[in-house]
Order: sequence, then C-alpha cells, then structure tokens
Amino acid sequence: MVPLVAQITVSHYLVVGAVLFVTGAVCMATKRNILGVLMGVELVLNGANVNFIAFGSPFLREHHLGLDGQLIAVFVIVLAAAEAAVALAIALNFYNNHTTIDVDRAEDLKG
Amino acid sequence: MESLPVLLGLAVLAPLASFFVILLLGPSLGHGGKSAAYVAIGAIVLAGLLSFISLGIWLANHWPEAPHDDHHAAASEHAGDAHEGESQNAKSAHDSHASEGVAGDSHAASHHGSTPPKVSGEYYVLAKIGDLQLSISYYIDSLTIAMFCMVTLIASCIHVYATGYMHDELHDITDHEAHTADGEHVHRPGRFHRFFQYLSLFCFSMLGLVLAGNVLMVFVFWELVGICSYFLIGFYIERKSATNAANKAFIVNRVGDFGMIIGLMAIWSSLGTFAFDELFEAVRPGPSHVLQTPDGMVYASAQDRVRDIARELGPDATPDQLETAIQERATTENWRNVGPDGKAPGYGYWLLIVAGVGIFCGCVGKSAQFPLHVWLPDAMEGPTPVSALVHSATMVAAGVYLAARFYPFFAPEVLFVIAIVGAITLFMAATIAITATDIKRVLAYSTISQLGYMMLAIGMGGWLAGVMHLVTHAFFKSLLFLCSGSVIHAVHTNEMPEMGGLIKKMPWTAYTMLIGCLAIAGAGIPFVIGLSGYYSKDAILEQGHLFMTTNPGWGAVFFWAAAGGAAITAFYMFRMWYMTFLGKPRNHHRYDHAHESPWSMVAPLVILAVFAVGVAWPIPFSSLRLSTLLEQARPAGGLNDMQGVLVNMVWPNEHDSHAASHVIPATLIAFGTALSGILLATMFYVWQPHLAGEVRQQFSPIHRFLVNKWWFDELYDWIFVKPTHVVSGVAARFDRNWIDWIVDGSAKVTRRFAYGWEWLADRVVVDGFVNVFAGWMYSLGLATRRVQRGNLREYVLFILVGALVLFVVISIFRVTYAGGS
Repeated sequence: MVPLVAQITVSHYLVVGAVLFVTGAVCMATKRNILGVLMGVELVLNGANVNFIAFGSPFLREHHLGLDGQLIAVFVIVLAAAEAAVALAIALNFYNNHTTIDVDRAEDLKG
Repeated sequence: MESLPVLLGLAVLAPLASFFVILLLGPSLGHGGKSAAYVAIGAIVLAGLLSFISLGIWLANHWPEAPHDDHHAAASEHAGDAHEGESQNAKSAHDSHASEGVAGDSHAASHHGSTPPKVSGEYYVLAKIGDLQLSISYYIDSLTIAMFCMVTLIASCIHVYATGYMHDELHDITDHEAHTADGEHVHRPGRFHRFFQYLSLFCFSMLGLVLAGNVLMVFVFWELVGICSYFLIGFYIERKSATNAANKAFIVNRVGDFGMIIGLMAIWSSLGTFAFDELFEAVRPGPSHVLQTPDGMVYASAQDRVRDIARELGPDATPDQLETAIQERATTENWRNVGPDGKAPGYGYWLLIVAGVGIFCGCVGKSAQFPLHVWLPDAMEGPTPVSALVHSATMVAAGVYLAARFYPFFAPEVLFVIAIVGAITLFMAATIAITATDIKRVLAYSTISQLGYMMLAIGMGGWLAGVMHLVTHAFFKSLLFLCSGSVIHAVHTNEMPEMGGLIKKMPWTAYTMLIGCLAIAGAGIPFVIGLSGYYSKDAILEQGHLFMTTNPGWGAVFFWAAAGGAAITAFYMFRMWYMTFLGKPRNHHRYDHAHESPWSMVAPLVILAVFAVGVAWPIPFSSLRLSTLLEQARPAGGLNDMQGVLVNMVWPNEHDSHAASHVIPATLIAFGTALSGILLATMFYVWQPHLAGEVRQQFSPIHRFLVNKWWFDELYDWIFVKPTHVVSGVAARFDRNWIDWIVDGSAKVTRRFAYGWEWLADRVVVDGFVNVFAGWMYSLGLATRRVQRGNLREYVLFILVGALVLFVVISIFRVTYAGGS
C-alpha cells in the first residue's frame, strides 16, 4: 500500500488530532510566556476538534445522520474564541500589575 | 302574636348593638364621646318603642277582663252590702281546701284552671343530647311585656338624665376622692362613653333576662347583669371604696348564685329540662294545675326502690319494660305521697324544696334580701343614675321577677321560706334606713325594704300584689334616686346633715321627690284613689290580712311586720325629704352654690313622677289597668289554695283577699300607719326639731345598733372575712415555707443535673465528635494544600498525568473485566 495514494481513513485524522493535542499540551507545560500557553491551549482544542470531525465522518455510520461532530467542533471554536478573549484580558491585567507575563511569577493564589 | 318574639328580640338586641358600637368607636364618637350617649339613648328608645308596640299587639289579642271583685274600684260598695256574702264565700272555700290539701283542689282549679296566655318557643337550639335540649328560647306573657315596657321606659329616662349628670366626664377629671400613692388627687381622662357602654350592656342583659324562656338562659343573663353591676359600681375605679363595693357586690352575689346552681342541678338532673313551660307542666300538670312532685323528682329520689325493681327484672329487661315497671310500682305504692318511712312527705318532695330554695337563693343574692343584703348599700358608690337604674328599679327587681316567674314551681315550704326572708328583710332594712344620713343610703335601705315587701307578698301567695309592687316600686324608686342625684349634683355631697332648705333653690326636684315619697308611703284617699304605691302596698297588706286569718301565728308576724314596715317607710322617707328640702340651710357654703339641675335631668324626673302617680290607675271606661294586665300572667294553678306538707299552714287564694273583710282593715291600717309615719317625721323634723336629738340620746343603744346597720358588716367580717384571712395567712405561710422550699429544692436539683448532663452530653459526646471530625478535615486540608503551588505549568502537567493515569486505568479495567474488544 503506497502511503501517498492510500485512502485517508478516520485513523489518519486521529493521528493528526493526537499530534496536535500532544504538541499543544507540551507547549502549555513548557512555555513560561502566557501567550505561548494560550497558543498551546488553542492547539489542544483544535486537536480535539479534529477528533470530533473524524468521529463525525459519514464512514462511521450506516445512515448519514448529519453533522453532529462538525457542530460540536463549531461550538468548540466559539468557546475557544470566548476563552481566548477572557484569557487575553487576564494576561493584560496580569501584565499591568506585574509588568511581566511569565506564568511562573504568578503565585498570588498559592495555597 | 307571631311578631312578638321578633319585636322583643330586636328590643333586646338594640342595646347590645349600641354596646358594640360604643365599645369599638368609643371616644371617637363626635364631641369627645358625647355622641356615645346619643347612640345609647337611640338604642334604648328604640327598644322602648318596640316594647310598647308589643304591648299594643298583646292588648289587641288579649284584652284584660274585668276582675271578679276589684276592691279599689268598687270597695265602697263592698264596705256596705257585700260584706257578708264575700266573707262567707271565702270561708267556705277555705274549709274545703283545708280538707283536700295538696292532693285535690277542684274548686279553685275549676274556676282558674286555664293556663295563662303566652307565646313561647325557641330562637336557636344550642345543644341536643338525646332527649335533653339546651336552647335560646323566649317566654312571653303579659308579665314579660309589662317588664319590657317598665325597664325600657325607666332606662330611657335614666339615659337622658345621665347625659346631664355625667357631663363632667366629657373632660379630663380630677377626682378629689381618690388619691395616688404619693397623696395627689387622681387626674384622669373622662369616661363618658364608657358609662353609656355599660348602661347599654346592662339594658341588653336585663331585657334578655326578662325574655328568657328557660332557667339556664335566665342564669346566663343573671350573671351578665351581675357583671354590669360590678362595672358600674366600680365606675370610679380609682376610689378604693368603689372597688371594694364592686367586689363586695360581686362576691356576695356569688354566694346566692351558688345556691341557684344547686337549684339548677336539682332541676336538670331530675327533670332534664330548663324550659319554663315544660317545668311548669311537670310540676302542675293540667287540667287542675295542682302542685305535685314531678315524676322525674320522684324517681330520682326513690333510687333504692328503682334499683330493687331493676334487680327483680334482671339484666335482660329493656329500658321500656323497666320504665313501665317503675311507673306501675310508683302508682301502686304511692311513692309521691308516701315517703321511705311510710309517711308524708313522699319521695322527691325534698328535692322539689331544694330546687325551689336553691332558685330562691339566687333571688336572695340579686334582690339583696336578708342575709345577703349587705352589698346593696355599698353599691351606692356607683354614679347615681346607676343606683337608680341598676340598684333600685331593674336589676334588683330581677330577683323578684324570677321568684314570680318561678312561683308555680315553689312548694308551700319554699313560699314559707320566702315569706320569712321577705319579712325579716323589710323590717330590718326599714329600721336601718331611719338612722342613715347618706341620702342615697336611705334610698338603698328603702329599696331593700321594698324588695322585702315583694318577696313577702309572693311568699304569702300574693303573686299579683308582689308583681304589682315590683312595677310601681320601679317607677317611684327610680324617681327618688334621680331626685337624690339631682340634689347631690347641686350640693356635691351625699350627707343630709349638710343640706336643708333646698326647696327654694331647686323646686322641681323637691316637688317631684315629694311625689316619690308619697308614692312609696302609699298615700291615697282610702277606697277612692291614690298614688301607685297605694294600690300595690294595700294589695300586699290585704294578702297579709288574709294570710293572718288562715294562719293566725305566722300570719300575724308577717302582717304586722308589713304594717310596721309601712309606718317606718313613711317615717324615713319624709325624714329624708324634710332634712333635705325644709328647715334652715345647715351648710351655707353648699346652699349658696346649689342650683336647679339642667332640663335634661329635670325632664326625666317629671316623666317618672307622672308614672309614679298614675301607673296603677285604671284607664277610664275600660277594664285595662296594671293589675288586670298582670293578672293575665298569673301562673296556671296560681289561685289554688295550698296546704303545706312539712308546715301546718294553708296558702290562701289571692282572690279571696279582695273580700271586703280583708280590704277594709288592711286599707285602714295601711292608711293609718303611713299617716302616723308621716306625722311622726313631721313632728321630729319640722315642728320640734330638737326632739330628734333627745330621742336619739334617750335610746342611744338602739340608735347605735341601727347606725351600725345591725352590725351585719361586722358580723360577716367576724364570721367570714376574718377566718378567711387567718386561713389564707396560714396557707400563705405554708406556701412560703413548704411549697416554696420544695419548688426551690427541686429547681436546684434540676439545675445540678442539667449542669452534669450538659458536661457529659454536650461537651464530651457532641462537642467531642464535632471537634474530632473538624480536626480530621483540618489536617486533610493541610496535607492537600501543598499541591496547590500556583505554578501553571505544573498544573498542566498534573492534568496530563491525570489523563494518562485515567487512560491506563480504564484500559486495564476493560482488558481485565470487560474482556477487551
């Protein structure tokens, strides 16, 4: 089976989603810049989105029931936008108060 | 006739409505509460109108017949020719009755056997238990209607009078007779509306009492009247003497009511009904209406025999069989007339006496008869309109009314008791009135004395005489009281030695009061015409004379007590009038300030004076007059001669007293005694004023005895009040020393126990558990807080590791248990 001409299956999507997810997670865990962390978050969300799209594929269903996976993906995008807005606002305030956006310096809520 | 219950019911309720209006709106009724008086007057005048309409309806249906022989109208004829025939008739009647006694009385029964016209029924049934029934009912006969007219008329006059008399109460008042703890005079807001509120409630109670169709209802209104009296005597509540008098009236009345309750229980437990018509039918069954012990009382007191019969029949007998057997045995063995020891009185007769005396006990308390008369003189602490309405004309008359209403129920022995009590009361109170110097107390003792007359009349079988005196006395006594109130209003004192010569200052009061004095003395031209008291008092003396001829011993006592009382009555009434209005002013300061009362007080005096003169007069060209109207209400069988069972006396037929052989001596004696009393008073207080002082010194022990009111108050103080104080002192000490010790001790023990229990249960168990649990939670929190370091990247790591761990765990779970897939 030649990879380049082989039919693209759900598994391929899942692999792409997993890669995106892991990349995002690692990005979140390693970046000290809050903007980097936010980017990681976006990657994780989009990794999940790819999974939803994949599971929404008509090939997994006997009857074409519709766009469930795609709809959830749209919701996730909307939520991600909202979340990004809130997070950026926090980031801006954080910068205003501490003149930095290094997440390691954010220890005010430490137990 | 069907409208009578409605009309009279409305007449009863009108004052009640007024009471509630004043109670709820009170001082906010315009002009500082003055409109309260208009509300009350409106209500009582409405009640009066309804009463007189009822009287009209009654007369339209039952026009009174002319009596067989009315002595006052036709006495001059009797004096000459009819003498022998009448006396012979009376004699033969007497003979036949003496032999027949209680059992048979066919002669009188055949003539007077019909039941009196009446309207009775129920407004509302309160409770029904098997055959027993309690209800709000009415019993209307001509006595009821006469009482309604009398009460509402007098009450209307007194309401109007009170608007003038009580006008001080419209503003704030400084009471000079009441002191606060620091010796100041009491200063208080006026209570004008309160006074009229109580008056309205009183009128409601009195009218309800008269309308009542059963004894229980009478008892309820009886108590309502008593509580109104209590409120009104204690109207000047800041005065110690007023509150004491109010308490005294209430407590003394309780003593009488206790007897009444015993009577009620005797009736209820043996006869099972309170309704007047059922009771009278049970005691005097038609058609002869001869008094007999009712079946219920016979069976109730023959318990032993009934039990024996029940044993003979065995447990299987039905109630009906038992009842038939009892009735048979009662008839064959003649339980009614043969008692347990084989002699008269029969079974149940004592119960009948107990019931009658018990009811009479209530009358003794309410009508201030010996020995419970002590409250009435003290009740003069109330405002004078109250004395006039409540303590002379109406409430105290309620006792006489009940005695008259219950007349058919009274066995001869009970009548004997009533007559003795009445005779003692009338004589004792009359003697005390001689020496009293407080103008209202003279009238109070006079009231007691006159009530004694009524009781004596009823006790001697003179039903009509007693009831007539009740009505006429109400008019002239309320007149006298209102006159005395007018005097007090003018001179601001009750003491007659401070008065004198007032006739120039207040002629209206003086002359109306003179009319009242003449009426109560029974003044009149013998055999022709007289004031109202002339008719009723002579009727009593005639009955007394008749009673004396049938029962020489006791009859003489009763008759001469009544005749002597009449002389004393005339004496003390004119003594009062002379001391107040004639002679020289004894206190110039008071005399100078005296003035005639306003028209609102004088007008009622004039109206009442008119009635005091003419209430007993025959209406020209008709058979209608007070006596014939009341005659209609005479209880069925009330004209039978009665033979006592325990006392060997005969109660004669009242109609026999109209024979000329009784009318002539009685009238002459009444005239003579009244005239001698008036002359004696004139001699002592007008012609020879110094004589009074000399006589007082000559008979100083008697004078002291009378001034101290026969030492009744001291006697009761010694017999009842002092021992009660001793007992209550001992009880109080026992309370303080023993009961308190026990209570305190048990409280201490409880406290100790509570402390111990608190330590064990609360501190150790509950607190311990809570604290241990909280400690756990605290250390758990301490342990887990370390994880929260605030490092964002670390949290992300935790999430990832957690997700990984979950993944692994779920995978293992699926592989191991769910068999994988």
